[in-house]
Amino acid sequence: MKKMVLTLAVSGLNNTDNPGPGIPFIRAVKESDKFDLRIIGLAYENLEPGIYMPEMADKVYKMPYPSEGKKAFLERIEYIHQRESIDILVPNFDAELHTVMISEKELTALGIRTFLPTLQQFEERHKSELQKFGEKYDVKVPQSVAITGMNDINKLPASFEYPVMVKGKFYDAYIAYNKEQVISHFNKISAHWGLPVIVQEFIKGTEVNVIALGDGEGNTIGAVPMRKQYITDKGKAWGGITIADTRMIDLTRKIISATRWRGGMELELIKTINNEYYLIEINPRLPAWLYLAVGAGQNLPEAMLLMALGQKVEPYTTYDVAKMFVRYSYDMMVDLDNFQKISLNGEL
Amino acid sequence: MAISDTGFVLDATTGESYSLNPMGLEILNYLKNGLTDDQIREKIREKYDVEASTFDLVYFDFIRALQQFDLLEKS
Repeated sequence: MKKMVLTLAVSGLNNTDNPGPGIPFIRAVKESDKFDLRIIGLAYENLEPGIYMPEMADKVYKMPYPSEGKKAFLERIEYIHQRESIDILVPNFDAELHTVMISEKELTALGIRTFLPTLQQFEERHKSELQKFGEKYDVKVPQSVAITGMNDINKLPASFEYPVMVKGKFYDAYIAYNKEQVISHFNKISAHWGLPVIVQEFIKGTEVNVIALGDGEGNTIGAVPMRKQYITDKGKAWGGITIADTRMIDLTRKIISATRWRGGMELELIKTINNEYYLIEINPRLPAWLYLAVGAGQNLPEAMLLMALGQKVEPYTTYDVAKMFVRYSYDMMVDLDNFQKISLNGEL
Repeated sequence: MAISDTGFVLDATTGESYSLNPMGLEILNYLKNGLTDDQIREKIREKYDVEASTFDLVYFDFIRALQQFDLLEKS
């Protein structure tokens, strides 16, 4: 079979202890026998490990921070596109997704394809909107309130019992056992990720996750449930195992079907001791542990690229149960010249 | 639930894994094969020198642990 020659631009090269999905995404599509890829890495920080990892990105460009807005993003992408002729762009940071979504028309005009949720899908699954999402799609969710200041903390509903979760709109989540801790976490999170900050009912149970891919027409192209076996102090999976939980798969199919979800997603769920599942978050992209799904037999990044190209993809129906992953850290030696190039020129 | 010959037990629905000693493994395999408590007591006492009352004490403790970890349905 003749391979498709493509140039793919991928962000999320921050393969740290709080990793982005960029490197596992690249690893997954490089293993596909359908593509002959040139990989363009998009980085925000000079020390994102993926910039320097051998055999990952063929070329790396620094990007302006998402907070600089659509114009800065498009100017940089046009600059990169003139040199690299990007076929498909895969943004992997929650914070940049909105900018990419509202730039879709311009990207399409340039000939750059994406495969992302719609703005409506993106907006209605925000942590601050989770309660409405649960009511609309008949999914159990914890009680949540979006807060923007001290006044809101003072007015937290009496129905909230401590402990509660305090969460940033994109990242970070802390448990608070009293009002003082809510204030402390609110200050820390809002300084880093902005407003609103979400206060969420604490659901006791086991955290389980599903990685999934929707085709935008209500079909689930793939879904693999996982339980974190080893969790870092940032709450990230350092080890995990695929599990045979049909209820999690059914819930995923229900959500994808009802929302007609387009693109990758990660469902974060809490399974209570009464075997109830609470949806605590929907991340609108494939997660950093996506390679576990590939290892279990579902190459969702490959399927995503095919759908971005307008191809019909047959859904995966099975995966290997009890497939495990364990992350590791590794000290790469980095040529100072490479660090200098990315720091000064913004490309490597 | 997958049980290996070495006593490694995996609950595939939760991803939890457990290690059993040889006696635990033997009993779990009897349970898996549908033997009753009385039949298991008889089997074990045929093979090992143990009083029925001592066996019952340890056996039902083990059963409760299996139930607690959702590896055995509560009867």
